[in-house]
Amino acid sequence: MFNSRIFSIIRKEFLQIFRDPRTLAMIIIMPIMQLFLLGYAATTDVKNISMTVWDQSQTAQSRALLDAFRAADYFTLDYSVGSQEEYQKLIESGDTRVALVIPPDYDRRMIEGDAQVLMVLDGSDATVGATALSTARLVGQAYSTKILGEQALLSGRSKVPAAPVEVRTQVWYNPDLNSAFFNIPGVIGMILSFITSILTATTIVRERERGTIEQLIVTPIRSWELIAGKLLPYVILGFIETAEILLIGHWWFGVPIRGSGGLIVLTSGLFLMSSLGIGLFASTMANTQQEAMMTVMMFNLPMIFLSGFFFPIAAMPKFLQIVSYAIPLRYYLIIIRSLLIKGVGIVAIQSEVIALVVFGVVIMGAASLRFRKRLD
Amino acid sequence: MTEPVIVVENLTRKFGNFVAVDHINFEVQPGEVIGYLGPNGSGKTTTIRMLLGLLKPSDGKATVLGYDVFKQSEEIRMRVGYMSQKFAIYDDLTTLENLTFYGGVYGINDKARIQHTLELVGLNGHENTLTSSLSTGWRQRLSLGIALVHEPKLLFLDEPTSGVDPTARRLFWDLIYQLAESGVTILVTTHYMDEAEYCERVAVMRDGKLLAMDTPTNLKKSIITGDVWEVFAHPLEKGLEVLTAMDGVERVGLAGDHLRVISSRARTEQSRSVGKDTMQSLLSEKGISVEKIERGEPTLEDVFLSLAR
Repeated sequence: MFNSRIFSIIRKEFLQIFRDPRTLAMIIIMPIMQLFLLGYAATTDVKNISMTVWDQSQTAQSRALLDAFRAADYFTLDYSVGSQEEYQKLIESGDTRVALVIPPDYDRRMIEGDAQVLMVLDGSDATVGATALSTARLVGQAYSTKILGEQALLSGRSKVPAAPVEVRTQVWYNPDLNSAFFNIPGVIGMILSFITSILTATTIVRERERGTIEQLIVTPIRSWELIAGKLLPYVILGFIETAEILLIGHWWFGVPIRGSGGLIVLTSGLFLMSSLGIGLFASTMANTQQEAMMTVMMFNLPMIFLSGFFFPIAAMPKFLQIVSYAIPLRYYLIIIRSLLIKGVGIVAIQSEVIALVVFGVVIMGAASLRFRKRLD
Repeated sequence: MTEPVIVVENLTRKFGNFVAVDHINFEVQPGEVIGYLGPNGSGKTTTIRMLLGLLKPSDGKATVLGYDVFKQSEEIRMRVGYMSQKFAIYDDLTTLENLTFYGGVYGINDKARIQHTLELVGLNGHENTLTSSLSTGWRQRLSLGIALVHEPKLLFLDEPTSGVDPTARRLFWDLIYQLAESGVTILVTTHYMDEAEYCERVAVMRDGKLLAMDTPTNLKKSIITGDVWEVFAHPLEKGLEVLTAMDGVERVGLAGDHLRVISSRARTEQSRSVGKDTMQSLLSEKGISVEKIERGEPTLEDVFLSLAR
């Protein structure tokens, strides 16, 4: 299948890529930028939430509760106030996220066994609010279990009553629930779908703008050779970028690579087929490079949002969940996350691999047909 | 007699209701330089695109180098060169890289042949210049080189000289003659009349129809049957008015400092065509001072304008 005509186009394509600093920067710098942005900034692990305390009790018992919160890493006890107005002001100004109010009769009611504290949360940032809420509940629960135990000991009973139901959790694959482990494989999917489709679409449209494509058609080159020659350089670049992200993700962020390298290459190649197909397709719909860019974006943006990269598909409305089945990136994200983090074999991801093959063949086939038709 | 390089029979192309090329017929012999003349939208480019197999004819047939344009376009493309109005050059590549690339697409990987093409179009010394920094004239030559890299027997040039300065145009035509001498058949579209004069035969197209095709001399003889007069008179505008209204005058045009008058063909031996004396007396009668009236030579522009009427 390899002949001089395809080789000539590939060589020319690389010459052009290496001569254009903007394209080169986009290819090399973009993945690194995305990687660090999503590896650091887009973390959903909430820590060090600022907390304000209004301790009306000021007893040994209330201080013990505060110690329990302090110990839980998630909160920093920044402010101590003496009225509702004060903590309200702090929450309004955003200086604090959470206010903990301990009532004056806390120590007495504690002995009676029905102590209550008030937790006021700033819900304007849903992520922080949700984490603060669940953590505060956990801290409270753990603390009351401890107290119950201590009281039981004091009252002379030897057996410590446990909570009626205890849920023991085991987190597999990513015990610290490090969100970088989730995001960085996603970056590979995003880069592969964005950069390769934008580059292919613009490089083909540029030939049309310059009139060089017409000159190529009057040569004996066949249209499949032209397509192969134009796309293969971007397949190679796609693999280089995948390797780049994997290596930085592994060495810098500690993302594990547990699955087989061969499977990663194979499935990434299958996914590239879809995204290059989208690029090729977009090129047939555009007359200028700007139009090509916009067309690719039009395809890619909804895909990214519906792929499960940012938002879990399970949390989407039923309709959007169905739509997401039509998005190749969805399958690739499942595959690459499973391969890297879980280290699964082909059997665990076979249905996703089949989906990628089907999408790849259909998209690439349709795009090639449209491309050929556009040449006539 | 050798086989013609191009044979076109009733070739037609319609775009919806618009007939871009309307049942045209012609033949081109080996080694000829054919000028294809016509205004924009007259069907010149459409004809070339059909001959290259880029467009399917709606009707009629054509062969190029003995191959059917519709069924054997690949055979044709291997043996034919094409240079389009937009010079199909990669701006971010050097001259040599452009030629090497197109050579490779034709399966030519021999450096000596690429170098030969480079020298043929006079680009040696500019091998490593980025084409974006070349002048239009040089870009035109590179574009021709790209069309020639596989040493075609037939060359289609679609308005190759638009936007190029007169000196570069002249040099370009020298190159075309050089190619023709080496046996390459050339079909070149243009709307420069002076360029058409350089061609061995000229085809005139308008509204998709081939109005005439012959040598420039024969065209002038057969189309301009009357006489051509150059009238130096004052005031010119009034002279133009008077002569246009005159019986037996086919067309009057301003030509710089004088008027060009083309008389109609004499219908009978007795009724002579409009002559020097009749014009002189009519102009004087209307109060126009006549400096001199001389015989002129018909030009291709006269031919074109007569046909286009």
